[in-house]
Amino acid sequence: MSRHDITMIVNGKRIERSVPARRSLADFLRDDLQLTGTHLGCEHGICGACTVHLDGVPVRSCILYAVQADGAEVTTVEGLSPDGTTLSPLQDAFVSCHGLQCGFCTPGMLMAATALLRENPHPTDAEIRDELGGNICRCTGYQQIVESVQQAAREGFVR
Amino acid sequence: MIVAPPPATEPRAHRFIGKKRRPVEDRRFVLGRGRYAADITLPHLHHVAIVPSQYAHARITAIDVSAALAVPGVLGILTGPELRAKTKPLRQYLDIPGVEWFPLAGDVARYAGEWVVAIVATERAIAEDAADLVAVSYEPLPAVLDPEAAMDADSPPVHPSHPSNILYQRTFVWGPVDADFAAAPRTLKTRYRWHRSATVPIETFSVTASWEPGTSMLDVWASVQMPQFPEQIAEALSIPLNGVRVHFDVDVGGSYGVKRGIKHGVLVSFLSRHFGVPVSFVEDRLENMRGGDMHGPDRIFDVEAAYDDRGVVRSLRIRTIDDEGAYPGRSPLQMGKPVGAIVGAYAIASVQYEAIAVTTNKAGQVAVRGFGQAPTNFAIELTMDRVARNVGIDSLEVRRRNFIQPEQFPYTIPSGTAYDSGDYPTVMAKAEALADYAALRRWRDAARAQGRVAGIGIASCIEPGGGNAIFQALFNDKDKTTTFPEGCQVKIDRTGTISAQIGISSSGQGHETLVSTLLGEIFEVEPDEIRVIHADSLAGLPSQSPVASRMAIVLGDATVGAARRLKDRMLRIAAHDLGRAPEDCEWNGTSVRVAGADGAERTWLEIARIAHLFYHRLVPGMEPGLQTQFVIEVPTGGTLPTAEGRVQMYPCHSFSAHVVAVEIDRGTGKVHFHKYALAHDCGTVINPDIVRGMVMGGIAHGIGAALYERFVYDDAGQLITQTFADYMMPTTHEVPHVDMIEHETPSPFTSLGQKGVGEGGYMSTPAAVVGAINDALAPFGARVDHAPVTPVDILECLQ
Repeated sequence: MSRHDITMIVNGKRIERSVPARRSLADFLRDDLQLTGTHLGCEHGICGACTVHLDGVPVRSCILYAVQADGAEVTTVEGLSPDGTTLSPLQDAFVSCHGLQCGFCTPGMLMAATALLRENPHPTDAEIRDELGGNICRCTGYQQIVESVQQAAREGFVR
Repeated sequence: MIVAPPPATEPRAHRFIGKKRRPVEDRRFVLGRGRYAADITLPHLHHVAIVPSQYAHARITAIDVSAALAVPGVLGILTGPELRAKTKPLRQYLDIPGVEWFPLAGDVARYAGEWVVAIVATERAIAEDAADLVAVSYEPLPAVLDPEAAMDADSPPVHPSHPSNILYQRTFVWGPVDADFAAAPRTLKTRYRWHRSATVPIETFSVTASWEPGTSMLDVWASVQMPQFPEQIAEALSIPLNGVRVHFDVDVGGSYGVKRGIKHGVLVSFLSRHFGVPVSFVEDRLENMRGGDMHGPDRIFDVEAAYDDRGVVRSLRIRTIDDEGAYPGRSPLQMGKPVGAIVGAYAIASVQYEAIAVTTNKAGQVAVRGFGQAPTNFAIELTMDRVARNVGIDSLEVRRRNFIQPEQFPYTIPSGTAYDSGDYPTVMAKAEALADYAALRRWRDAARAQGRVAGIGIASCIEPGGGNAIFQALFNDKDKTTTFPEGCQVKIDRTGTISAQIGISSSGQGHETLVSTLLGEIFEVEPDEIRVIHADSLAGLPSQSPVASRMAIVLGDATVGAARRLKDRMLRIAAHDLGRAPEDCEWNGTSVRVAGADGAERTWLEIARIAHLFYHRLVPGMEPGLQTQFVIEVPTGGTLPTAEGRVQMYPCHSFSAHVVAVEIDRGTGKVHFHKYALAHDCGTVINPDIVRGMVMGGIAHGIGAALYERFVYDDAGQLITQTFADYMMPTTHEVPHVDMIEHETPSPFTSLGQKGVGEGGYMSTPAAVVGAINDALAPFGARVDHAPVTPVDILECLQ
């Protein structure tokens, strides 16, 4: 199994590691960097729980290899809070509206919704549902998730 | 006599109960700081990969692991015969000698995907490499796939050492069923099919186990929602129960019943002890879907109704065949819980109920949200729709005519269960108003006039909450278990801060929020200042886990009981220090004062300090510190079934009424929601956002069961819906916005009037959605009697 030296910026920090070619970006984040906020639901790129931002674009980290992120900037759910403690407006809205239950799909939802609000700070209900259509939640029935994104948009999502 | 919590001392008007409060769990989840089983790491942790059976039914003639063992990084390999020689079979709840279930197949594999070999290696990827090199030789046997064919005497046996493929069969008769049928002006008979699906959490099952020979202690971290999980590991591995420590401070990534993981827990615990290293197994999605033994009920219902020309139903005959798959475990009891709500919300006088559990060559079944009540309610509700259609009345009206009336509570149904309280007509009227039912009917009729396909569905359900062990005894005479307890321990430390311990893991229900809200209410302190922790199975109190929508009821009342006991003790400490009798003192917020006197009082902190630091001021003979516990038996529990199989099932009965309008695309058969409205009554609401989320989540599962989700086996017994691309779950596109309104009829059996709320959405929605489809199909003279209803099914009806 060939190994590769890779460098990336993860949540603002420069990371240098040697990884096997077959290691997924999700496994790299979880096992090599202990960023366990990124969750694996299907490992087929369907459920969206593992969504992270690669150079600002939401991607499925389970179907990317770590080596594909060489030289890229990666943001995970742990990078949404400015200091690891203060909630971003979107995170705060998810708590306020209880836009989650078990919390397992939540990191992917937050990453998808963050990308949406950056592109479109005032999305309609239909636009929110459209953008989150690739993230499966089994707990909430989505209604309080949609409300969370609406609330974050209302309160001026800035990031 | 079941011990109820002591009387209240807190103000009657609630400060925190029923008020908006940010759930305390949510903060760690949005920060990505949840701690799930797959996040647990230990030094020298090893990982498991599984070799599954390729056949639905086959004799295993040889296993060659030599090439796999040679892979660098592989520590060891375990086969079924070796495991079976050293462990006991997993627990069965039916009395079915000859049906033996182990984590790995022995000489016969009984379904495609059944685990055959386990490989332990330093990394999961290495274990998987080695799994590819294991050579298993099979001699295929005829597969038993159809549950009715399986019942034939000449069917090949799934378990040859059991007399037949029928694992359980009993007919209950409650009341004069035959006489009621003979006297009824009308009868009908219908067959319904509830196909195999499940709640399929996004987190697969994960478990890490570490055996420590120095202390003979097994530590287990698992994504589990399972009563009796520690006992079952201890039993299978012959470890004293006090040598198994299951850590419940693990966040569980969804369960809705299915996160049982008995075979997973036993296998991984065995591997850790056997190979002397900590071992972790995280199911991949295929292992979960095909071999995780997490499929839900798979039922055929034959229902007969006896009714009159007004649509009033007098009697029901229900026969249900449940396909348990290869290994039943606890799943057949899911035909037992519906006994406690076998007439739904209706004043039906007599019932015959036949329950049949059949084994086939499919994955084992497990508990799913509602514990069997969702399919049964589907059959009852669609029968009400047929009654309405046959007598020519509206499907809302037929329900109104049959409802148990508010003045009839407590109301005992023919099967012996007393419903605690409710006001079904009012809740239905609220749903009708919220949906603007009259306007909906105009919309439907106008749509039809334009040639569109539109329909309205109505469903109600009784949601039993609280849990009870009685279906164990009902389905197995040898099982006399009547206790189904829950406990809470509360401490106030020397600085006055409050902590509580609960003995369960949570899978999204918000138990920390529940307990801290109740403690805040009773102690009159800010709930956010109260810490709630999840004890491990040795430190915690007796618990039966958050099944059966029971936590608001039983953990709630255990919490209330512990808090009131502690308050009583604090009052006695303060009274003694004030030199007064306890009855001369009273609580004033967080202080105890002399009633009606000069204002002499002891503050919360002073009382805590006396209890912890100043023994010379403590009530003589009182133990130091401020700590207590309260363990509660489920209200109305503790009884055994009667000879006729009459039972008091669960204590509390929530109710909901759903109104759904759909439009069907004539070209594609796709079902679009035009309107979804419901009213529900779960008694006293503790956290409105959690309640709303529970109802809504159940609806989403119900939409999945009604329209999309099905585990499909082909004719060779291969599961062909193995991924989320084939097993389709509703997304934001499939789940509509739902209008919801509450009604509160308190339960007389709980301290605050609370009832359960986790399952009702899932119990009502499938019937409401299929009912709406049937209303839409009625002008075409067609109807469907199964779930899920696919676009192909609908297109066939439209032709």
